[in-house]
Amino acid sequence: MAELTNNDVIALLNDKFGDRVGNISEPYGLLTVETATDVIIDVLGFLKNEAGAGFNFLTDITAVHYPEKSSIAVVYHLHNMVEKIRVRIKVFINEHVPNIPTATVLWNGANWMERETYDFFGVKFQGHPNLIRILNMDELDVHPMLKQYPLEDPNRVDKKDEYFGR
Amino acid sequence: MSDINIVDAPPGIEGSGFFATSLDKVIGLARSHSLWPLPFATSCCGIEFMATMGSHYDFGRFGSERLSFSPRQADLLMVMGTIAKKMSPVLKQVYLQMAEPRWVMAVGACASSGGIFDTYSVLQGIDEIIPVDVYVPGCPPRPEAILDGFGKIQELVRNESGRRRNSDQYREMLASYGIE
Repeated sequence: MAELTNNDVIALLNDKFGDRVGNISEPYGLLTVETATDVIIDVLGFLKNEAGAGFNFLTDITAVHYPEKSSIAVVYHLHNMVEKIRVRIKVFINEHVPNIPTATVLWNGANWMERETYDFFGVKFQGHPNLIRILNMDELDVHPMLKQYPLEDPNRVDKKDEYFGR
Repeated sequence: MSDINIVDAPPGIEGSGFFATSLDKVIGLARSHSLWPLPFATSCCGIEFMATMGSHYDFGRFGSERLSFSPRQADLLMVMGTIAKKMSPVLKQVYLQMAEPRWVMAVGACASSGGIFDTYSVLQGIDEIIPVDVYVPGCPPRPEAILDGFGKIQELVRNESGRRRNSDQYREMLASYGIE
């Protein structure tokens, strides 16, 4: 059997989803595609269960905040452990309406990944069984990786600008 | 032949068959040479503490051979390492469970000031939540520095007035941390 290549995966996705999967690129050889919230679970389920694709392992779910575009990109990394290839799927959602369906219907491992993404970016995964903070303290009232929030702690007293020539 | 060193008696009035001194000084002397530390080690400073406890530096020389892993029997809380904000209620609980008199030593840059972790998730020094007696700088501090800090704690213990823990000033200080 021939090895599964990026082009095979692109062909599979184009056959099944047509223009619902777009903006295909291969930075550093990693196949990257974009899709939309209404088909993301179908795309993930197709890549997981379709015999020719076989991306059985969910490596990671994370997000990127683009304040200048008012959007948050939710990023899924899948891994085909047999064929040793990976794929990255991005979904751009509005930062003011950060809703996306949960992937826990496909992988139980998505549970903590989605909690982490919710914790840091405030992405609300619709249908998640227990969408609460996982790493930060419960009292934190912001989602700290959104870029409007400062990285540094305001209580710090020894890092005055004058010591750093600022 | 014995070469065991023993501490000198505190200043007092000596005569035939008696020795008089103040109770504070005797208690301070005894306490300072039998401090039971509770190591609250969360990261690399804890590794330096392990070296400090080892035979080369031998923390036991100062009467601290016996580490207390129960806060209820400990005299000295040694906080070694980064304390995340999520950890801070745990640290405070441990401090509250310690019986008076209790001392706290912040070992290393992270425990003292947050260190390099100037970020939203890390406590910027444990003195935001509990009172600290001695700060040991370093990232991580060498065992010699930890021993020096311990010497400073012993000095505090030796010279502490028996009434200090009942003073209004001490109560106010605790109240400023929201304790009692």
